[in-house]
Parts: sequence; structure tokens; C-alpha cells
Amino acid sequence: MNGTHLVTKVNSIIEKYNGSQERLIQILLDLQKESGQNYLSEDCIKEVSRILDMPISKVFEVATFYSMFNREPKGKYIIEVCKSAPCHVTGSKNVSKMFEEALNIKMGETTSDNIFTLQYSSCFGGCDVSPAVKINEKIYGNLTMEKINEIIDMYRRK
Amino acid sequence: MAKIVKLISKNCGKIVPGSVEDYVKAGGYTGLRKAMKMDPQEIIEEVKKSNLMGRGGAGYPTGKKWEQAYANPRRPEYVVCNGDEGEPGTYKDRLILSQDPLRLIEGMTIAAYVFNIKEGYIYVRGEYLDLKDTINDAIKNAEEANYLGKNILGSDFSFHIQVVWGAGAYVCGENTALLESIEGKSGRPRKKPPFLTRVGLHQAPTLLQNVETYSNISYIVEHGGEKYHSYGTEYSGGTKLVCLSGNIANKGVYEIPFGTPIREIIYEIGGGIPGGRNLKFVQLGGSSGSCFKDEKLDTPMCYKALKDAGLKLGSGALLVIDDSNCVIDFLKCITEFFIHESCGKCTPCREGNTRIFELLDKLSKGIAGKEDMDRLCEISDLMKKTSFCGLGQAATTALTDCIKYMKDEFLEHIEGYCRAGVCNMSGKEKI
Ligand SMILES: Cc1cc2nc3c(=O)[nH]c(=O)nc-3n(C[C@H](O)[C@H](O)[C@H](O)COP(=O)(O)O)c2cc1C
Ligand code: SF4
Repeated sequence: MNGTHLVTKVNSIIEKYNGSQERLIQILLDLQKESGQNYLSEDCIKEVSRILDMPISKVFEVATFYSMFNREPKGKYIIEVCKSAPCHVTGSKNVSKMFEEALNIKMGETTSDNIFTLQYSSCFGGCDVSPAVKINEKIYGNLTMEKINEIIDMYRRK
Repeated sequence: MAKIVKLISKNCGKIVPGSVEDYVKAGGYTGLRKAMKMDPQEIIEEVKKSNLMGRGGAGYPTGKKWEQAYANPRRPEYVVCNGDEGEPGTYKDRLILSQDPLRLIEGMTIAAYVFNIKEGYIYVRGEYLDLKDTINDAIKNAEEANYLGKNILGSDFSFHIQVVWGAGAYVCGENTALLESIEGKSGRPRKKPPFLTRVGLHQAPTLLQNVETYSNISYIVEHGGEKYHSYGTEYSGGTKLVCLSGNIANKGVYEIPFGTPIREIIYEIGGGIPGGRNLKFVQLGGSSGSCFKDEKLDTPMCYKALKDAGLKLGSGALLVIDDSNCVIDFLKCITEFFIHESCGKCTPCREGNTRIFELLDKLSKGIAGKEDMDRLCEISDLMKKTSFCGLGQAATTALTDCIKYMKDEFLEHIEGYCRAGVCNMSGKEKI
């Protein structure tokens, strides 16, 4: 996002929440979603602090406390492999390996075309289809290599 | 024979989630209509009779909480719903939020009516953002049908609900951390006491319950506390949503009457362990919950019976672990979770979890000694006694239980042997 565009964007989202400092988390969630790269840039955080009239350190604190906020650009789609106990005992390690293979990147990395980021996550409630992954907001489970390739193709075509 | 009873899950999968028309057709809002003809204290009396315990994990009697809050000179000014559901293996609140959100909304509205509260918040974990439209639509539909909002059902009682999203922090499930998060801040727990019913959101008295707890209220008001109670046991009224996960055939959320033995839940409802494997142990209540082996499986699901057996129901998650898994590897996984989720406010939890992980890692590499076992127990004991909030206090529950029931496996790792063949003992060869 360029300078003026960013200011307009931040302004319009903050307005949606009536300029309320108390809605900071909701504001940051919306801004991250609209960033296109799933992250909150330093400029964006500074702009939020200016418009909400809050110290930058306060905004940074919140942006770094919650694990869903990213401070570095990510892929358009974040593939999160659950590594909590229910998925761990049903083979989440295999699932990470299969995704690493399918995307040709390691856990924590982003594909060179910036479409996918592959990372671990704590339990997101997909335990009934474990080992589970979440791609942005959608949960997938009972995965095989074939199914993983299909899913990846589907997102690439989007 | 274990049975499933559908008091609060009966609409799940049967109606369009959030459709007032469908919900009312299925008997919804009878509870609220009845409640609004009752005296608030009568409602509290029914909730007390139901013996409904808080379903978020702590198991505090809901009726008692309401009675105390009602007796306070300053009554609650906010109704808050805890939908943070971060305990690994727990996905029951997700079922209600996604399949029957109006049941939760009706329960919260009845609670608001009791205390004449005007504002409510549903706090939902950010991981469930896929449910945003479902929940928002349910609220909008309830408002349009005048079951929520201004002058509900033509009365002078008004109540509004806002949805607040979390952004990924297990600790925000702790009730004071949750309030901090609603206020837009980092979710670090506050000092207790004062308890929420005295000082809560915006420093005002606040009533906070779990999604499942509120979802029971309309049934209790409609059918009476005694009827609800009669499904369960003397000490635990009604039903519980249990979440089956791990090495079990029928993973899912099931509503079971209190008193059902754990064995029946696992083998009859859950269909047992697949792949010809054997049960190794079970963890009840999520990653902060207790671990136990076969000999305790006949314990009935009931707050008192579990307590007598040294267990806690917690969130109602039942994680089944088969013998292809290694106990040390499992505990490493749990400890990584707590390292990640510790908010860092107090030293015992922030440092303790990391030190525990290092010791477990030594065990898995075959380079731990007997003194490391003592160290594990020491640190864990310290964390239990001195951590600031429930997260640090309960982070080593599984560790303590596993040392108690599977000590031989710890000793085998000291000898450099992993019976499940999971730990690679990589350190051993180097020596
Ligand atoms: C670390 C920690 C995490 C918790 N997570 C949750 C949670 O995700 N959902 C929940 O309802 N309660 C959770 N609790 C319990 C709440 O603090 C609180 O007791 C509960 O929400 C009260 O509602 P109830 O009486 O209806 O259960 C957690 C407690 C602790 C210490
Ligand atoms: S025990 Fe301490 S560090 Fe751990 S989550 Fe609670 S307050 Fe934070």
C-alpha cells in the first residue's frame, strides 16, 4: 500500500469502529486482512497509533502479543498445521512433511510466488478431522498427499 | 449402554444456524418468554436447583455465582460470554456457535433479564473467524424478531450484544485476561480477588460464563431446574458436551448425561481405538488436564466422582492416546504449547515451562539422569504453587500424572530406551 492509500484505509477502518481505542484488536485484524500480505507493516501501526491517538508502544504491544498478528509479510494464504496434542498423536508431523514436499518449502517459509506460507499453529478446534490444517479461515482434515495437492491447486487457481 | 441425550445439541445439524424462524419452530425462545414472566430470583432458584456447573473448565456452580452477584449492592452491568475455547482438543463451543448460536444468545438474554443488564459481549477466539457471518446474522435476526435489542418482546427490557474477536492467545480464556482483551489490550490476567462479579469489564461488576453454560439456561428455565438436574447425578446436573479426539474411531462432540463412565464414552460412543492398537492413556480436560490409564476408566463423568479419583473434568475434552505414542514425546508437545501460550507476566510460568522442556528434551535424547527427574518434579511443584494464573498452575498437571503412572517409561529413557521407538536418543550415541 502506498502512503495516501494507507492513510485512507486506516482511516476508514477506524471510522467503522467509531475511533474507539478499545476496538484496537478488531481494527488490527481488519487491517491485516486487507493488507493483501497478511501482515501489519510498521507504517500501518504508526498510522493506527496516530489516528487513535495512542502511544506507538501500546499498539506494538498488542500487535506482538497476539499470535495471529504478523509483523512480516506472509503469503496470500497461510497454511497452518496444528501441532497441539490431539493432532500430534494422530500424525501431524507427517502432514507438515507432506506440505513441505508439495510446496517445496520448509515450515515457517513462504513460497517464492508469495501465495503460500507454511507454519505451525496451536489447536484451532479441527480435532474431529485430525491431523488438521487451517488455510486462512478454513479447516481441512483427514489429509492424504493426493488431497493436499488438490487443495493447493485449488488455491493457486483462485 | 452409554447413551447420548440431546438437550442443548438437539438443533445442531437440524436447523439453519441463526434462523429465528427455524429456532422458534424447534421450541426456541420458550425459555425467554417464560423467564420474562418470572421474578428474577425465581430464575436464579431454578438455576441453583439444576446444579449446573460452569462448563468453561473451573466448574463453579452457576446458580451460586448468580445468587452472589444478585446479592451484591452493585449488580452486574455486563453479560460476557467466554468463547475463547483454546484448550487443545476442545471444540464444543464451536459446535454451538456454528450450529445453534441463538441458543447461546437466548441464554445470555435470560441472564441479562435476571440482572437487568443492557450490554453483552460474546468474545470468540480469532481462530473461529470463519463463523463471523453466522454469529452476526444470528444477532441481527434476533434483533429483527424483537428477541434482542430495544424493548424486547414489547417490554421495557432492552439488551444488546456485541461480538469481539480474539487474535490468537490461549491465556485470553482466563476470565480476567479475556476482559483485558475486550478492552482492546494484551490479554494478561488481572489479580484476583476482586472477582468479576465485583470488578470486571470497565471496572464494573460483570457476569461471565462459558458458551455451553449459557446454552443450558433456556432449557433450565423452560423445563425447570429439577428436570434438568435429573439427567445427571446428585452432584452434577444435566448433560455435558464431551469432545473426543486423538486415537479414537468416532472423533466428535457428543452430549452425554453426567454419570456415564469414561470407558463407555470411549468404547461405545467413541468406537474404541482404531488400527488394532491398545490404549496407552487418556487426557481429560485439554492440555492442562489430568492423564490416567485404564484403571480409572470406570470413573463416571461427574464432578464429584472425578474429584474423588483425583481427576478434573475441565473443558470436557477427552484425548485418547494409543501405544504407538511415547509419553516423553507427548509431554514435550504439551510443554511447547504452554511455552508458546505463556503470557510472560510471571517468572515461574515464563521460565518454568522452558526449563521443563529442556529436561524432557534431555530424556528424549537419552542423556538425562535420575537427578533430572527430581528437577522436573521440583520445577513443576514450584510452578503449581507460585504461578500468577491458572495457566502456569495447571501447565504441569499432565507431567505430574505421567510421572505418577508411567514412571517406568521415564526410567527407561534415562537408560536410553524408548519403548514406542519415537525418541531417537540422538544424544546417547555422541557420548
Ligand atoms: C489459562 C486458562 C484458560 C481458560 N480458557 C477458557 C476458555 O477457553 N473458555 C472458557 O469458557 N473458560 C476458560 N477458562 C476458565 C475461565 O477463567 C472461567 O472460569 C470460565 O469462563 C467461567 O465460566 P463458567 O463458569 O461458565 O465455566 C480458562 C481458565 C484459565 C486459567
Ligand atoms: S501463569 Fe503467569 S506467565 Fe503464565 S499465563 Fe498466567 S500470568 Fe502469564
